[in-house]
Amino acid sequence: MAAVQSARQKALNRAAIAVVLVATVVYLVPIYWITSTAFKPRALATTVPPTVLFKPESTAFIKLFTKRVQMIGEVDPQVYEKAPWWEQRIYALGERFIKDANGNIELSAYPNRFFNSLVIAVASTFLAVAMGTLTAYGFSRFRMPGEQDWLFFILSTRMLPPVVVAIPMFLMYRVVGLVDTHVGLIILYTAFNLSFSVWLMKGFLDEIPKEYEEAALVDGYTRMEAFFKIVLPQAATGIAATAVFCFITAWNEYAFALMMTNRRAQTAPPFIPSQLGSGITDWTAIAAGTVLFLLPVAIFTFLLRKHLLRGVTFGAIRK
Amino acid sequence: MLSTLDPGSPAARRGLSDISIRNLFILPTIAFLIVFNIFPLIYSLGYSFTDFRASFNAPAHFVGLQNYRDLLHDEHVWNNFSVTAKYVLLSVGGQVLMGFGVAMLLNRRIPFKGLITTLLLLPMMMSMVVVGLFWELLYSPSWGIVDYALHLEDFDWLSNPNVALYAIAITDIWMWSPFVMLLCLAGLSAIPQHLYEAAAIDRASRWYTFTRITLPLVTPLLLIAIIFRTMEAFKTFDLAFIMSTQETTELIAIKLYRLAFQEWQTGQSCALAYMVLIMVLAITNIYVKYLNRVKER
Repeated sequence: MAAVQSARQKALNRAAIAVVLVATVVYLVPIYWITSTAFKPRALATTVPPTVLFKPESTAFIKLFTKRVQMIGEVDPQVYEKAPWWEQRIYALGERFIKDANGNIELSAYPNRFFNSLVIAVASTFLAVAMGTLTAYGFSRFRMPGEQDWLFFILSTRMLPPVVVAIPMFLMYRVVGLVDTHVGLIILYTAFNLSFSVWLMKGFLDEIPKEYEEAALVDGYTRMEAFFKIVLPQAATGIAATAVFCFITAWNEYAFALMMTNRRAQTAPPFIPSQLGSGITDWTAIAAGTVLFLLPVAIFTFLLRKHLLRGVTFGAIRK
Repeated sequence: MLSTLDPGSPAARRGLSDISIRNLFILPTIAFLIVFNIFPLIYSLGYSFTDFRASFNAPAHFVGLQNYRDLLHDEHVWNNFSVTAKYVLLSVGGQVLMGFGVAMLLNRRIPFKGLITTLLLLPMMMSMVVVGLFWELLYSPSWGIVDYALHLEDFDWLSNPNVALYAIAITDIWMWSPFVMLLCLAGLSAIPQHLYEAAAIDRASRWYTFTRITLPLVTPLLLIAIIFRTMEAFKTFDLAFIMSTQETTELIAIKLYRLAFQEWQTGQSCALAYMVLIMVLAITNIYVKYLNRVKER
């Protein structure tokens, strides 16, 4: 900003700040709305006019994790008294939990899908980042015939539309029995994230002065030792940022999961909307599932904020 | 970036040679990508010349270019492409306007700027499915807050064939404008302040300063944002698939999915996949060229 500002400029500046603040608030309304819906009593979720003030409750989350049926008649007051608070909530809605022979509450499919998402995202992130870091180091420090072409080839695999890859992959997976398995999705997500991880890591590794390794080589380290003991610790921040990006991509992925899984290895993204079709839509439970699903992404975005620009441009632009 | 040591030095003779380390590090990745990305594509190129249907056990017959010919003569497919083009124009256009505008506003000293930027970036990190889902809640005709805020009673955004595509594009704009904003902001903050000071001394008009200093210096990054978003919008599947089942919102990726996994026209879907693939690779090529150009600066 110029040192001397005219009164007009100051007024313009104030106006701009006001617009930004208002726009930010408006912009965040959808996120606020889905979050608040998760904590609303069901009757208040779909009111006209929309309910803004309400007493938040956790019923939607209890419903999200359990299987329930409509009850015929009233619950026995003695049973009600003995039940824990979360079961009382359900009784109060005129429903009861479905229990197995031992009296254990049967869980809904949600925790299972959430767990699938977690396993698949973590495993594929680990593989993609490990392979990507090595490959990026290779490209960063050594000369390779046709280097730019290889890098373009690697990047172009990332740009393939998932549906295009999924059709032949589905046919191949069917032959080898990988349809609807964790391993099948882990392989797909690793391949999908690998190119990203190579490009991003190459950017980070290029920034580490090669003099560090050369000093280590002179001191009697082998190239391998220099890589593991000198370069990797230096690249820790970059590796962490790359891992978070890969995790978020795998965590959010929908198209592959929709086409390659249906039950056993299904992840949360295809599962959450599938609840919409079944019977009367309970938006509070869907919102609860969505909020839980978004929570890790929100936390990671906050941690990543310094590296977002680099991540979204495949490491090309640094700040 | 070459840092190979003098081959005669003692350091270079210990351990694995640089060449073998390079190959050890790079080749597995390339092999992995060939096996899981390129090989399937060759496989599907073969199927694109057959009448194979994955739901039947009937063997595939070679039909030559018949699938491609059928697709090019299919009005529905042309409609899918024109819907996709319209969607790309709407959503990328909206994102550029919003993203650039907000970046101009944010490019000054603002309280809580870091926090505001992070909050604005949140939606683009979210799953498209989840975003589509909760916008469905917002667009709901009887009690959605969009209709309430705009005083439109019972206006059905997503079931109305004329409006659904716009509604989806608005959601996409909401989600991805911050991406354009982030890149523009990076471009804007890199403009040296002395250029503006010189312009002020010369009493250049605001418009002149904007078109001669701001715009040319932001353009390279803005172009990257535009090409990248064009490519992504062209491939859009999740968002439109979740939000609407209208024919007017059937993007090419959705058509491809239906053809392959609902109608089980495997051979034909492979042919369509190849048409889409060639277009995507063309855009990718342009994108990488720009990326490298900006990187060199």
